[in-house]
Amino acid sequence: MSALLLALLLLPLVGAAVCGVMATREDLERAARVVGLGFAAVSLVLVAIVWSLYSTAPDAPRFQGRLSVEWIPAFGVSFALGLDGIALTMIALLAVLVPIVLVFAAADKLPAGRTGAGFTALILATQGVLVGVFAATDVFLFYVLFEAMLIPMYFLIGRFGGPRRQYAAVKFFLYSFLGGLIMLASVIGLFVASENRLGEGTFDWTALQGMAAQLPLSTQIPLFLGFFAAFAIKAPLVPFHTWLPDAGAEAPIAGSIILLGLLDKVGTFGFLRYTLPLFPAASRELAPLVLTLAVIGVLYGALLAAAQTDLKRFVAYTSIAHFGFIALGIFAFSSQSIAGSALYMVNHGISTAMLFLVVGLLIRRGGTADLTQYGGVGRAAPLLAGMFLVAGLSTIALPGTNSFISEFLVLLGSFARQPAFTVIATVGIVFAALYMLWVFQRTMTGPLRGAAVVGDGPGAASAATFTDTGDDSWMRRTTARFGDLTRGEVALLTPLVALILVLGFFPGPVLEVLDPTVAATMSEVGVPDPVTPNGVVAR
Amino acid sequence: MSPLTPAMPSVDYAALAPVLIVLGGACLSVLLEALLPLRVRGRVQLGVTLTVVVVGLVAVIVRATSGAAPVTTLAGALAVDGPALFLWGTLLALAVPSVLLLADRSVEPGGAFVADPVALGEAEERERVAVGARSGGATARARTGGGGGRDGARGRGTRARDVVEGQTEIFPLVLFALGGMLVFCAADDLLTMFIALEVLSLPLYLLCGLARRKRLMSQESAVKYFLLGAFSSAFFLYGLALLYGYADSVKLADISQAAAGSLRPDSLLFGGLALLVVGLMFKASVGPFHTWTPDVYQGAPTSVTAFMAACTKVAAFGAILRVFTVAFGSTVWEWRGVLWAVAIVSMVIGAVLGLTQTDVKRMIAYSSVAHAGFLLLGAMAITPAGLSATLFYLLAYGFTTVALFGLVSLVRGPDGEATHLSAWAGLGKRSPVVAAAVTFLMLALAGIPLTSGFTAKFAVFSAALADGMTPLVIVALVVSAVAAFFYLRLIVLMYFSEPAADGPTVSVPGPFTTVAITLGVVVTLLLGVVPTAVLGWADGLSFLG
Repeated sequence: MSALLLALLLLPLVGAAVCGVMATREDLERAARVVGLGFAAVSLVLVAIVWSLYSTAPDAPRFQGRLSVEWIPAFGVSFALGLDGIALTMIALLAVLVPIVLVFAAADKLPAGRTGAGFTALILATQGVLVGVFAATDVFLFYVLFEAMLIPMYFLIGRFGGPRRQYAAVKFFLYSFLGGLIMLASVIGLFVASENRLGEGTFDWTALQGMAAQLPLSTQIPLFLGFFAAFAIKAPLVPFHTWLPDAGAEAPIAGSIILLGLLDKVGTFGFLRYTLPLFPAASRELAPLVLTLAVIGVLYGALLAAAQTDLKRFVAYTSIAHFGFIALGIFAFSSQSIAGSALYMVNHGISTAMLFLVVGLLIRRGGTADLTQYGGVGRAAPLLAGMFLVAGLSTIALPGTNSFISEFLVLLGSFARQPAFTVIATVGIVFAALYMLWVFQRTMTGPLRGAAVVGDGPGAASAATFTDTGDDSWMRRTTARFGDLTRGEVALLTPLVALILVLGFFPGPVLEVLDPTVAATMSEVGVPDPVTPNGVVAR
Repeated sequence: MSPLTPAMPSVDYAALAPVLIVLGGACLSVLLEALLPLRVRGRVQLGVTLTVVVVGLVAVIVRATSGAAPVTTLAGALAVDGPALFLWGTLLALAVPSVLLLADRSVEPGGAFVADPVALGEAEERERVAVGARSGGATARARTGGGGGRDGARGRGTRARDVVEGQTEIFPLVLFALGGMLVFCAADDLLTMFIALEVLSLPLYLLCGLARRKRLMSQESAVKYFLLGAFSSAFFLYGLALLYGYADSVKLADISQAAAGSLRPDSLLFGGLALLVVGLMFKASVGPFHTWTPDVYQGAPTSVTAFMAACTKVAAFGAILRVFTVAFGSTVWEWRGVLWAVAIVSMVIGAVLGLTQTDVKRMIAYSSVAHAGFLLLGAMAITPAGLSATLFYLLAYGFTTVALFGLVSLVRGPDGEATHLSAWAGLGKRSPVVAAAVTFLMLALAGIPLTSGFTAKFAVFSAALADGMTPLVIVALVVSAVAAFFYLRLIVLMYFSEPAADGPTVSVPGPFTTVAITLGVVVTLLLGVVPTAVLGWADGLSFLG
């Protein structure tokens, strides 16, 4: 399994290099896209094999498929990889989304002078580095890859994004880099602490976990804050979130999916893998602070989402609300809530990808992300509207969709320990229904209207002031021009719809993989579960 | 030996070999300058200089790997110990790409240096014969570069083209500067250190003024550097005098002993230290003693800037490390507070003023001020980890900088290098290879992982943190984030902006420049990915005394 894991890391990077070389020749444009897709498909197969090999037995080791090569002995750094359940699900999600994203982007119009081969290379590079970030079991290696993943994403936004792409790319990079540097201070602090306590410096996660958990609270708190700052910017929690709407709105759709669906999950993944196990005392001490930020995020994200007129910014703000839920579950310290959060990370990736794809297909037709320019799309493109509804309902966690299970687990698990925060967060669900259904109503239902839909027909001036004239000859023309989803587009969305429904009814296989890791994390934090098996709430 | 004849100091020729090779080569080079005809001089001088540098480097490596015990020689004037050998190796290794850049004439016909007066005379002669009196202002301007008096070479036509051969005196000058640097960072007493400081500085002042294009700016930079450099030398000398008054000796080890548990007046010790440090910080361009740096970096020929930025910094920090550790290690707790402030000022000035620059060379100059602040963190730690981290940082930073200036010299407009930032817009489209190399080096300066810049920063910061300088490390990290902005700005310009219609061209570099840049980029990458060998060498070195 170690070899497979290494292959999962290297394969996309090799693919990126190949596509990068092919990007220098224009006649290889199509070939490069096919090659890139081929690499992504092989990764998907490899992930499926790794998933089937991953043992969910209760006595299975914390990390499986371990692999460790000495890298910089002077700092005790090794190139060490290993998978736990959370890392595995994230890598699997990544492998599922990348091919979809590549196929979707193949039909995108690129800015002048940019090549699809270069785009494919950047996506694959991001994939490779992200696999490393999730699989690293050496804190130094994690930090290195954590910073390295900024570079392909920076170029993805800056080269292939919308009109304000430069601003968004630099803002994204600087926010993340600043967070990374604050984390670096903590990483160095951990190293120095390990030198003092263990005799020689190390970055091995397991060794550090044993050591750091024994540190006095006064040392743990600054170290915790360093890691927390980086992850809170990445995930983003509310005061650190302002880069996300810009980056999400300016990145190309494919980039936004990888950015919001996976790259940002490194933040919540980091909470689970680094802040909680390495600094349990500080995590418990500062949990109220994090929970406050999380709940603010849930409400603030939802309210701002409702106020957006740009579809991509809208999706970005819904994500901020979701990240609030995930953080709530993590810092509520119960096995249900943590398992719920881990599952939420997967589900949010799926629903956001679906939502972004549908929005992308809509923008491809209407030519603008401004949602006031759309109206009654359901008449012109019923399939598209249907897909939008599925994505939307999955986003607001309707029972029967994937997100419901995770959101329910988070709220259930959190309520046992943090009833006040949980009750406030529950209000967020109502807001979610508000923002999603309102957007759906404004863009998809009612008569055809809005400049993006009807061109210069009646109602073009403003979607809001249109009144039906009863004349419908232009309606048929508009419908034909706007066009519903093609078969190819439906086929592209099908795997995601299937995942949404299947995980909505049978989350078992994923939870099975997550549970041992969640249990291990709980024991590392050292908090007893508030809900015992016979249902007694122990405070 | 009769008691009346003074005892000759013992000279350990094996230990001194690198210094003797470089200084001997410099003398040989001066002779060649006088004796060789202009036609072959440039090539021979380059060959000799490169040979000297490479042989010197080999001598250093042989000495370092032979396991010879560290010695002081020349009556304790020079200490050839582990750090000295590492610094020598670094200096000579950096001299290779620097000399290659200096010798390049593919980018600028005839080389980047002011025309040789003899060659210029010949060119004038030819022109007068061919066209009649048409020269004038241009020649008068170019004539300012050097003295005449080598009429013997006149009459042998050098080139049929209208390109006038540049000065070849740069080669002996570089070798003398290099020799001075080698002595500077191995000097075990302050007087030797002062003389080495002058030996390394004077050729640099001259070199700065020798640019072929933008003569006024180049001369201005030379004068500025000279005047301020003279001031800083005076500071150094005054400090030296006070310390001599305090310790009755100029030897570093004696100062340390005198400071440990004596009842002498501390004011002499710390006054002396302060003045000494001003002189050293000036050379290392640590803020607030950095004011010459942007002007000189901008005005000097780019290849000289590369040499200066890389090698002078190494030599100056080598001396700073030695002085701090050997002479003032025992009193570290009393003076370090002041240096905290200096380090913070340097980092902040470098990063904040770097933000406002619109010229690439000035921007790199301010970045070097910020980097000097980071280096000071390691130098202040006075621990084995601090020493090895600083040494590693110097090597990593040097190669990155040399390669970067090499690349800067390639982007050219109608009147020489186009160093204004706006000229770099859209470079990624027109010459992707150059843009990619610049991007990589910028990321290295910003300290992104998998580049040498990150490994170096990591080493320095962890040494500083382990020695209780947590607040400084936090400031350094914040400054790194600020500085990243201006590195990024260049990347944004190159990749995300459309090229200007009448933008500069990117010269295809000749073999010399290509080798120099490639060397810098490869070392930057290797030290980022597999730093073990160099870290292993730097680890466990210690000063003698």
